[in-house]
Amino acid sequence: MRSLAPTVISMALATRPVKGTAPGKRPSPARSLWDSTIGKKTVMAVSGLIMLGYLVAHMLGNLKIFFGSDEFNGYAHWLRTIGEPLMHYEWTLWVIRVVLVAAVVLHAVSAYQLSRRDIKARPTKYVHRRKRASYATRTMRWGGIILALFIVWHILDLTTGTVHADGFEHGRPYQNVIDTFSTWYGNVIYIVAVTAVGLHVRHGFWSAAQTLGVGNARRERLLKTGANTLALVLTLGFVSVPVAVMTGVVS
Amino acid sequence: MKLTLRVWRQKNAGADGAMSTYEVDGISQDMSFLEMLDTLNEELILKGEDPVAFDHDCREGICGACSLVINGDAHGPERTTTCQLHMRSFEDGDTIDVEPWRASAFPVVKDLVVDRSAFDRIIQAGGYITAPTGAAPEAHATPVPKPDADFAFEHAECIGCGACVAACPNGSAMLFTSAKVNHLNVLPQGAPERETRVLDMVGQMDAEGFGGCTLTGECATACPKGIPLPSIAAMNKEWLRANRKAAKR
Ligand code: HEM
Ligand code: SF4
Ligand code: FES
Repeated sequence: MRSLAPTVISMALATRPVKGTAPGKRPSPARSLWDSTIGKKTVMAVSGLIMLGYLVAHMLGNLKIFFGSDEFNGYAHWLRTIGEPLMHYEWTLWVIRVVLVAAVVLHAVSAYQLSRRDIKARPTKYVHRRKRASYATRTMRWGGIILALFIVWHILDLTTGTVHADGFEHGRPYQNVIDTFSTWYGNVIYIVAVTAVGLHVRHGFWSAAQTLGVGNARRERLLKTGANTLALVLTLGFVSVPVAVMTGVVS
Repeated sequence: MKLTLRVWRQKNAGADGAMSTYEVDGISQDMSFLEMLDTLNEELILKGEDPVAFDHDCREGICGACSLVINGDAHGPERTTTCQLHMRSFEDGDTIDVEPWRASAFPVVKDLVVDRSAFDRIIQAGGYITAPTGAAPEAHATPVPKPDADFAFEHAECIGCGACVAACPNGSAMLFTSAKVNHLNVLPQGAPERETRVLDMVGQMDAEGFGGCTLTGECATACPKGIPLPSIAAMNKEWLRANRKAAKR
């Protein structure tokens, strides 16, 4: 009956001191939003949806390249004049940029912290491995890292021109876009990134609905279809531009 | 049936463990998985070896004591508890891997036994109602709309076995906690603690070191009681509502 001893110990464990917060001493709602796993996931969902909204607008804007350099460059100029005369030149654009940077930072920091926590919560792998449905989780994490790197490259390439192929000119985005997509690596980086966006949105949009509590059994089909459609439309919309430059439709 | 078992053996919480291989013969297809392990243990005892420690109690699928990850699946290949899993789900000559639940919040006590008292503490944090105890009240004293009663019942089915945590790649306890929160939060009897319940139970869940939810759905696939994945979204909704209400106060 040697095996009895550990059983007794495990019963004693049930009475070990309670960790966590004592009843009546709850963290403030703002604190829980950042400290609790559900709260942090909410921050991810909201920042993700803000970025998603921006991406839809960005994709539509990119399609203007099919209507010639005047329309595309004119659109880029208009972006800087939104809100005038109330706003000064580029003010609105800067507001958008600040919101987006905040969203990216909050999203990435939450993703990092939650992922760290998740890995710590499951330190030992099963000896008998089977194909796990951690597929979505892994694509979200790797896809997220690809997206983070892409965002940096994309800004240095087409906004500041730091890593641009040749002869970057402010105010002439049409030509800059064509330059980028005239290099093989420009096309590769871009197509990999927008594919990653598609996969990220596919799980992300549906996830955000669950996180924000709007998902339920009845809406399941609708949300999944919505996520797939959104992902497909975004990817095809974005990918059409490098494809058009490569095939000479836009030159 | 003749089977080869590879079982996780670990002397105590502090010791290193490893898979050990055993052969068992004369297993009937009608035996439950636990009866098959009993057969192995009888042989081990006769040989003067330490029997394999595993948790069990009711052996009829209602108490939540049994566990075991069998060939990588929590509770094995069928959608039921390990005690209700029968050997007819396996073939003669199979090699079967048997491991304990794996999660840092469920430390191994010995062999296949893990300490699931973290679940007890989540329940202590809010998985109850403040009602006078005593004789059972008149059933119709508090009317409950049929859809709410069904919803509560669906979640009340959770037996607290922890398969959801074992199956989750993040060791998350969201399915268990959501089952308990949803069960009580939808009922009039649970209304007085509706907000504090979800805030405190989720707070305790986090404090125990369970991971967060990435909605992979492994938990709902493993759950022997069919607690559905949307339960998690329903609890998220309750949590956000409670947090908003707390902010207004
Ligand atoms: C900085 C780069 C990014 C990183 C590191 C990143 C990483 C992640 C990770 C790890 C998740 C969590 C997956 C899970 O818990 O299952 C996630 C969720 C999400 N991401 Fe991103 N992501 C990035 C950029 C984006 C972008 C550009 C969008 C806009 C389309 C986006 C939209 C979302 C949405 C909507 C979710 C779902 C939130 C939720 O699960 O509730 N992310 N992201
Ligand atoms: S939700 Fe299902 S798997 Fe998780 S503890 Fe309850 S019965 Fe077990
Ligand atoms: S022993 Fe009670 S549920 Fe399996």
